[in-house]
Amino acid sequence: MIINLSYFIAAVLFILGLKQMASPVTARRGIIWAGYGMVLATVVTFFHPEVRGFINYLLIILAIGLGGGLAWWSAKRVAMTDMPQMIALYNGMGGGAAAGIGIVALLQAQNMALLIQGIAALGVLIGSVAFSGSLIAFAKLQGIMKKTLRFGGQQWLNLGIFGVTVILGLWVTFSGNDVNHTVLAWFVLLSLVFGVLMTLPIGGADMPVVISLYNALTGLAVGFKGLVLDNPALMIAGVVVGAAGTLLTQLMAKAMNRSLASVLFSGFGDTAAVASTDAGGSMKPIEAADVGVMMAFANKVIVVPGYGMAVAQAQHKVWELCQLLGERDVKVKFAIHPVAGRMPGHMNVLLAEAGVPYDMIYDLDEINQEFETADVALIIGANDVVNPVARTDPSSPIYGMPILNADKAKNVIVVKRGQGAGFSGIENALFFLDQTRMLYGDGQAVASELIQAVKEI
Amino acid sequence: MIDGFIALYIFMLAAFTGYEVIARVPVILHTPLMSGSNFIHGIVLIGAMVALGHAETPLEQLVGFIAVVLGAGNAVGGYVVTERMLEMFKSSGKRGG
Repeated sequence: MIINLSYFIAAVLFILGLKQMASPVTARRGIIWAGYGMVLATVVTFFHPEVRGFINYLLIILAIGLGGGLAWWSAKRVAMTDMPQMIALYNGMGGGAAAGIGIVALLQAQNMALLIQGIAALGVLIGSVAFSGSLIAFAKLQGIMKKTLRFGGQQWLNLGIFGVTVILGLWVTFSGNDVNHTVLAWFVLLSLVFGVLMTLPIGGADMPVVISLYNALTGLAVGFKGLVLDNPALMIAGVVVGAAGTLLTQLMAKAMNRSLASVLFSGFGDTAAVASTDAGGSMKPIEAADVGVMMAFANKVIVVPGYGMAVAQAQHKVWELCQLLGERDVKVKFAIHPVAGRMPGHMNVLLAEAGVPYDMIYDLDEINQEFETADVALIIGANDVVNPVARTDPSSPIYGMPILNADKAKNVIVVKRGQGAGFSGIENALFFLDQTRMLYGDGQAVASELIQAVKEI
Repeated sequence: MIDGFIALYIFMLAAFTGYEVIARVPVILHTPLMSGSNFIHGIVLIGAMVALGHAETPLEQLVGFIAVVLGAGNAVGGYVVTERMLEMFKSSGKRGG
């Protein structure tokens, strides 16, 4: 009774917490409420009637200490730039846990209703795919795995493996009380393999959408496990996340101008269509001192930050530079593309870390008309999101993606480490425009030089 | 035992809840929100605890143990990273203007 009431309160706290997380003002309270819900649910589970046996208690405490401790340690240390892959990692763990629950339930199957047994098996499949897929996503974003593996007939192979996995799953489902351990082991193994194979051909640029999708899948698997274990808290929390995650996945895919199907099955995302257009013209370099003068005497400067800025840890310096410019009555605004950073909203987190206030940060829709009146657009670490071919060249893979119209500014300064192409491997026509100058160097060093240049005026 | 149709109702209502709660979220919160929802399915931890709690054979205990380790990692890691991100949003708001 007390246990069920606690689970109910936890479920309410989760939903309220999630609701509050949808607004920047209350977001922090939201996660804390959800945290209380989690602690409550975990504590009362120690008194759950089905939890018994001294050894099992010992194992539970040990496991929570081990998993929780490692996660705490890693989560406290991770840099903000690496956030997306950590989310993938923790999400994969959830998927793995859901699969584990399903495996135990199937091993113990005693007069299980056919529907429940099928759902248990389905949960194992989804959980395993989310687990291994998320690990691959983690490895790719972390840079452990750089290659994107593609070969002819890949999708047929995947389909074949998926088919065999489903057949094994059906076998497990219809096995009744004695589930064959070998069949179950192969079922789990092939589910894991399928998760790996499905994720391998997806390029780095599409990874956020995929992580979000696996997040939704894990939620769904958790919801199924709630049904198997007769636990409404799991059902509600799992399905709420499943639905919210699905919507979030669609929103992200839309922000990146990609349909979910093309993310999963087409395999653009990092190397496709290299050098589709020879942009013509040449890249014209410029010195930091000249840029400093240009910006100090401008009326309006729009900064377009990208992931490259965060990698160079330049956001603090950039903000310092903007404060200096502000003192000289230069209007400074930050323009954030929906997919700046590695994930929608990631760049806002990174700028917030540097202390940039909200009201200077603008979305694509809010700021795009303003580029025409801007004297300088400072592109730092961004590339594809300001590439005008998205507007002009229908043959380009990013054609149709909404971009920041930095090319409309009177002067465009691109801070860049070298002459290479962007994350997606597409040549950027912006770099070759007449009003564009290239400022080569590491983001942080360049920002320091610019600060120096502005100070010396 | 939850009746099959009751379960279906729970699923249906929960799905609508999840959809409605997220429907009008600004882009700037996508990353923290994904992280937050990732934390919420960390509730899988209590399922894993129950699974390990009634494990009887060493094999079940092993699988249950792994499940609890992973579930705890999901819950704790998800919470810490979300909290860290949202904490920064707050501080930037205070200094705003």
